Amino acid sequence: MSAATKEARVRRKFIGSLGFHGFGVIASFFFLAPFFWAGLSSLRSGSESQTPPLPPWPTTGISFDSYATLDTFGSGIWQHTFNSLLVSLSTVVLTVIVSLLAGYGFSRYRFPFKNVFFILIIATLMIPFQSILTPLFIILAKLGLNNSLVGLILVYVTLQLPFSVFMMRNAFDAVPREIEEAARIDGARDIKLLVRVLLPLVMPGVATVAIFAFLNAWNEFLAALILLSDNDKYTLPVLMTAVRAGRLGAINWGAVQAGVMVMTIPCLVIFLLLQRYYMRGLMAGAVK
Amino acid sequence: MSMTIATPVAAAEKPRRRARKNRQLQGLLYIAPAVILVTIFFVIPVLFTVWMSFHNWPLLGQPSWIGLGNYTRMFSDTRFAAALSFTAYYTVIATIAIFALAFPLALFVQNERRGVSAYRTIFFMPVVVGLATASLLWVWLANVDSGLFSPILRMFGVTGRSANLLATFNNAFPTIIVMVVWKIVGFTMIILLTGLQSIPSDLIEAARIDGAGRWQRFRFLTLPLMRRTLALALILSVTGSVLAFDQFYIMTSGGPQNRMISVVYYIFNQSFVSFQLGYGSALSIVLLGILVALSVVQLWLLRVGDDK
Repeated sequence: MSAATKEARVRRKFIGSLGFHGFGVIASFFFLAPFFWAGLSSLRSGSESQTPPLPPWPTTGISFDSYATLDTFGSGIWQHTFNSLLVSLSTVVLTVIVSLLAGYGFSRYRFPFKNVFFILIIATLMIPFQSILTPLFIILAKLGLNNSLVGLILVYVTLQLPFSVFMMRNAFDAVPREIEEAARIDGARDIKLLVRVLLPLVMPGVATVAIFAFLNAWNEFLAALILLSDNDKYTLPVLMTAVRAGRLGAINWGAVQAGVMVMTIPCLVIFLLLQRYYMRGLMAGAVK
Repeated sequence: MSMTIATPVAAAEKPRRRARKNRQLQGLLYIAPAVILVTIFFVIPVLFTVWMSFHNWPLLGQPSWIGLGNYTRMFSDTRFAAALSFTAYYTVIATIAIFALAFPLALFVQNERRGVSAYRTIFFMPVVVGLATASLLWVWLANVDSGLFSPILRMFGVTGRSANLLATFNNAFPTIIVMVVWKIVGFTMIILLTGLQSIPSDLIEAARIDGAGRWQRFRFLTLPLMRRTLALALILSVTGSVLAFDQFYIMTSGGPQNRMISVVYYIFNQSFVSFQLGYGSALSIVLLGILVALSVVQLWLLRVGDDK
């Protein structure tokens, strides 16, 4: 009797688990399929890449034709990948430096209008940057920063600041003040204290800020489309509009697949490697 | 007599006050770069948008003051009205579609079973890819000659001949919705998951022992307790949809028959295609007003959540 009920329970558990993973695997397939389809299809040869991707994998041997075709657009794929990397990495470095300093200032110092400044920075979250692109375009022109990657970087850094300053202030708030007192007695001061003693302690916060800055700068499209006008300065998403538009009315879909892969892979690699820090940032945002 | 006492006290106070002044200055120096960037690239542009919106502002040549001219023009601008109503329609449909899928997925990944964290990661992967990238990927998948959907639909006998999914509004709109759901649903799922996890499990357990069924527990316990999270997820989804641009620009170029011009797309056209920068600014102010109103609704929803 008890053996029978035990067996029934085991069976029910097995069926439940089968249902759970059955749903999980099917859902996973739908989320992953577009990536795999594009990735495999991008390795098909030139003529094959224009046909429907059934099956998605190359049937006439792996070829990098699509990537070679992609390279013929704009100033070449290396130039545009370099532009995108330069913009994204500069955004990361500047965002980290500026938000590290500001987070430290807001956490540890008292000065007049402190709350006003803090609210000023955070309040920019309420205003979508899409609504200030028109004047931004003119202001950058006045500063001589129109059609320049430097201008674009400064805009991206500014867009990252509300989230990043908030994150860094919280990170510093979590560090006990005794550590600073002790370091100060040992003679570490100001920037030296910040870099040598405190930076290692707020490193998880820095990682979160850096990942969001990178992904947002790498993926941003509208501001880059508006602010860059020279072909050789285009970032990858802007270059891809030329690929999408095609030549003489014909779109090379192989080049589109290759471009999608070039833009996708860095995002997925960074996310999969540093997922913990990414999710932390998301939770912090959600709780706030 | 009093002088001789007062002097040493004042002398001791002065350096201390100076030290405090110094420390205040130092604090200001630390936040200065952030404040300067936000001022130049955010506060000034916002104020400048207001200023520009009162002008006829061509790309070249002198701007001229026209007062509220740009704002009154909006009322007779049927294309702007069309953009507003399309954006509202898209926002409602996209939000419903995202929530309809995000909630079951959140409940699914809430299980503490083996392998669940892998599912969370996989469902989230499209979120970290850019919307422009996702749009490009899907415009290929939906292409009539070289894409994937058209032959698959034909294979399953849904359509007789190859269907051009992006040629008509009635096909293109659902295609874009499916793309956006694929891209965004993982994000909403994780936000909802944080809400689900914040509910004490003994509360659910107590309700179960009291005889509350699965649906009753969800309806009368889980949902009310998740009110704050729901409000947040809702607002993030709504604001994101109101600001939609990339998918329409890349996937259909605003077509078919210019029926997919969102508000941001219309502002983009006015400012950077027609170069009517003044009118574009006035439209931006309206967009900003709409979003601030939505934020106020959000705060109100959150406050209501606190009262409960």
